[in-house]
Amino acid sequence: MAETTLATAPSASPAAVPQQGTWLAALTGRLVIIIPYAWLLILFLVPFLIVFKISLSQTAIAMPPYSPTFDLSAGITGLWESFREFSFDNYLWLTDDPLYVNAYVSSVVIAAISTFFALLIGFPIAYGMARAPATVRPLLLMLVILPFWTSFLIRVYAWIGILKPEGLLNQFLIWTGIIDQPLIILNTHTAIFIGIVYSYLPFMVLPLYSALEKMDYSLIEAAQDLGCPPISAFWKITFPLAMPGIVAGCLLVFIPATGEFVIPDLLGGSQTLMIGKTLWNEFFSNRDWPVSSAVAVILLLMLVVPMMFFQQAQAKAQEQGR
Amino acid sequence: MNATWSRFNIVSIVLGFAFLYLPIVLLIIFSFNESKLVTVWAGFSTKWYGELFRNQSLMDAAWVTARVGVLSATFATILGTMAALALTRYTRFRGRVLFSGMVFAPLVMPEVITGLSLLLLFVAIGLDRGFLTVTLAHITFSMCFVAVVVQSRLMTFDRSLEEAAMDLGATPVKTFFQITLPVILPAVISGWMLAFTLSLDDLVIASFTSGPGATTLPMKIYSQVRLGVTPEINAACTILIGIVATGVIIASLVNKRREVQRLRDEQAANRG
Repeated sequence: MAETTLATAPSASPAAVPQQGTWLAALTGRLVIIIPYAWLLILFLVPFLIVFKISLSQTAIAMPPYSPTFDLSAGITGLWESFREFSFDNYLWLTDDPLYVNAYVSSVVIAAISTFFALLIGFPIAYGMARAPATVRPLLLMLVILPFWTSFLIRVYAWIGILKPEGLLNQFLIWTGIIDQPLIILNTHTAIFIGIVYSYLPFMVLPLYSALEKMDYSLIEAAQDLGCPPISAFWKITFPLAMPGIVAGCLLVFIPATGEFVIPDLLGGSQTLMIGKTLWNEFFSNRDWPVSSAVAVILLLMLVVPMMFFQQAQAKAQEQGR
Repeated sequence: MNATWSRFNIVSIVLGFAFLYLPIVLLIIFSFNESKLVTVWAGFSTKWYGELFRNQSLMDAAWVTARVGVLSATFATILGTMAALALTRYTRFRGRVLFSGMVFAPLVMPEVITGLSLLLLFVAIGLDRGFLTVTLAHITFSMCFVAVVVQSRLMTFDRSLEEAAMDLGATPVKTFFQITLPVILPAVISGWMLAFTLSLDDLVIASFTSGPGATTLPMKIYSQVRLGVTPEINAACTILIGIVATGVIIASLVNKRREVQRLRDEQAANRG
């Protein structure tokens, strides 16, 4: 109340603010932009340019293990010489070797299947939360967020003990008599699906919940009064209205899952190919910096389109929030 | 309202939460297992916690992680809050699209890419890998999470309060610290906690950017997990979960009290 009365009082426009302090105000205003901007330019954007540059270099037995390295003391001609040493050999090597191509394809497939299951499991949870009594909702919301605060590594690790052949799941299933031979789940694709769905479920549920919570449920009642069966009411009303949440949730799961390293490494065993793991091995085991950079560049190019969708969805949500 | 909360909804919530919590609960239970075998129960014991505290290298890693976490969360909160202010208060400035792109991209960027690119930067500028480089890397990716959290609070903020303060002659800096900051403080605090947990949690980026003498706890846990599941690691994980859960619960209680206090103040102001 007090706020509105103050706002309606005759107010000077920003331009008419008393002279003193305007340049200071302008400067501090600018600093709020300049400092984080510069930080992100130097520690986020420039590193990508370096990755791109090194992906065009050759492996060398040196420190750093690639050539050419920029030597600014060599002047313009020296710089030009090093540019001429650049080549796309690493990229040709990547597209030639079926190992890498398979790794890219299987990463996308695994991420897509996991995203689908996360949506399938996440939707009923989000829907249930959105329809819960308003007093219970904050508690439910906190319960969804809480696992997100506990370590990712720990949550993946917890599944090893559950899924391994002599693990808790098999013990339970044998005890109940459903199976008499232990299921082999650990070190298979199934384990990776479980791992990704489990770890990223909160990312799916939260945007879905915020879309479903805003929904006007009298629309469904109206449809049902008019004789629409519940299932087609779901597809005609709930699903389209939840679409922004579905898009945001799927992208939040799909993009990081494609480049996931910890889950395929701990749950997928040695024979699963995923690109995050390939990159890691190229870097840490083979010490091949140029090839791992090229792997990173291609992965980034693959994810640019979904990332731009994500960006747009964020911007749209921001506009609506205003 | 209760009538619309059907049995189906309740069942799906119960199953969903069971899926989310069962693995963590089992992990905690088996950290108190007597046996060395993690999956066979052999009686209650706290001996693995004792083992844990005698494991010097694990303790060292925990100390490194705590310092990196506090430092990086603090800087990330300052930078992230600035970025959030820039995005909400300045709707047009040169390069805004690039800026918002750089704020949102790290949220979904695969960690292997972020880790590799930061490492190559540190090598290129000749910065020795260690405590400093891990901290810089953690500030960079967690500041974006802080920015998103604070931004969503700033968007629902009543700007007329700020305008009123400025009209009355307060400088922008003074307005920020006396009007804006107290209102967005809960979001800033949860941003700090988010940044701290992200840092506590990170394996991939730390593995790339860390050097000798700066092994973090996740790196240590990871190298042990690769050798097999041990009750000692279960114990370490349980302690970490305990710390984080306590922090989150305290923060939400504090938030709630502040909220109640604020409502009372507003009511009092309206009556007066």
